[in-house]
Amino acid sequence: MIETVEKKPVIRAVDLSKLFKKQEVLKSLSVDFNEGDRIALIGQNGAGKTTLIRCILGQYVYNGRLEVLGKNPRKERVAILKEVGFVPQIPPPLKITVKEMLAFFSNLCNVPVDDFITIAEKLGLQIKESMSKPFVALSGGMKQKLLVSFALGKQPKILLMDEPSANLDPAAREMFFNYLKEYNKEALLVLSSHRMDEIKGLVNRVVEMDFGNIILDESANL
Amino acid sequence: MSGKGFLAILKLDLFQTLRTRGFWLYSLLFGGFVAYMFMSGITESQIIGFVGLGRLLVTFMQVCIVIIPIYVLITVVRSIVGDKESNVMEYMLSLPVSFNSFFWGKLFAKFIVIYTPLLLSLVLSIVWGSFLKLSVPWEFFWLYSGLLAAMVFCFLGIGMFISVYTRSQELAVSSAFVIWLVLVAFIDLLLMGMMLKLRMNPELVIGLGMINPLQVFRVGVLVLFDPKLTTMGPVAYYILDTVSRTAYIAFAIGYPILLGFLFALLGARRFRRKDVI
Repeated sequence: MIETVEKKPVIRAVDLSKLFKKQEVLKSLSVDFNEGDRIALIGQNGAGKTTLIRCILGQYVYNGRLEVLGKNPRKERVAILKEVGFVPQIPPPLKITVKEMLAFFSNLCNVPVDDFITIAEKLGLQIKESMSKPFVALSGGMKQKLLVSFALGKQPKILLMDEPSANLDPAAREMFFNYLKEYNKEALLVLSSHRMDEIKGLVNRVVEMDFGNIILDESANL
Repeated sequence: MSGKGFLAILKLDLFQTLRTRGFWLYSLLFGGFVAYMFMSGITESQIIGFVGLGRLLVTFMQVCIVIIPIYVLITVVRSIVGDKESNVMEYMLSLPVSFNSFFWGKLFAKFIVIYTPLLLSLVLSIVWGSFLKLSVPWEFFWLYSGLLAAMVFCFLGIGMFISVYTRSQELAVSSAFVIWLVLVAFIDLLLMGMMLKLRMNPELVIGLGMINPLQVFRVGVLVLFDPKLTTMGPVAYYILDTVSRTAYIAFAIGYPILLGFLFALLGARRFRRKDVI
């Protein structure tokens, strides 16, 4: 049994279902993700992890009830997404330069550019040397570090990361995980991954999905 | 729709496009075409009584009738569906940007990058012509600037609509091609001329002409000439002989904008109501 007595639910799903044509990808999920939870969202390909994340981000329509910070993710997307940091599994192939990207995020998220740069440098990215390079031309690891910097720089209440360390080398992964360990303990952290062994030191709760169902939800020792 | 999100997406899309070779090629094509026309001495030849810059601008617009609609469609139909396929959409829509800001920001960015080179080509022809001491037909310049803006916006709206409704870039491009072929088939010189020859109801044929933005554009280009059946085709001749110039110019600019806006609205509506990925 998970102890969630005093924790506020940040994300609440009640009978959440998602259909693609006739295939039910999420099957009446009911789950709370709470303040301070550091969740490993695990499962095989097709388990429904990415679909759940996209529902939380308001990118999919769904059946059932879903609340993120007490709001409807379809109707109040912008208000919710101000509090969400997201790192995708596959970086977008943006042609704009790193400098333009920094300015874009800074303007959109009201965060000084230097905040992003500080985090990027902590993750081992020599960002100042790459300012004039198009984002798409960076190596996989550099892209991932930059996207992580954007997600963390917002100081979000919810961090959603879909295989965030997939492109990182061992040293960068260690820096990244150390940074996450120290990140705001009140925030909700959801790490979607195939590899539990890699993230087990980071999480206090494991949620496993399979064919659209939650088949395991238990606490994990840090 | 927040102004901040809209401007952020507009700017992002502009920067993205400025880094594509296609944009520079397209800009060079039209600028180069104007230069080529001057060098080939087109301003000294005559068309329906027009010489000089008027002649050049009419030729420029005739090329635009052929290229612009299909260029806009092919470019724009891939925007939304392409962003879906390349994961750009997943990431961009995880940021605090509303669906409307994303959709309209992209649309207006595309308008700027498609229309600006055309406008600059017109300006280049005026500047070059002035330098050669040719008289400047300002009436043509203003009309054609307006017509091009209307035409670009019209096909932009249709393109965005297709892009939202289709599930793959291949399907989007094929749909764009089919729509363009249908519109080309229903311009004056082709199917509609034949329909009139076959003694079909003229009101119906003229009506079809008036709803086809390509035909509206074509007649708009000719509106400053005296209607002559042999050079304009039957529908253009009939329209220009019946309606006043001012009324037709207002229609030729207003109708495509309205049509494009309607399609864009329908596209935006679907975009915010359905799965975006």
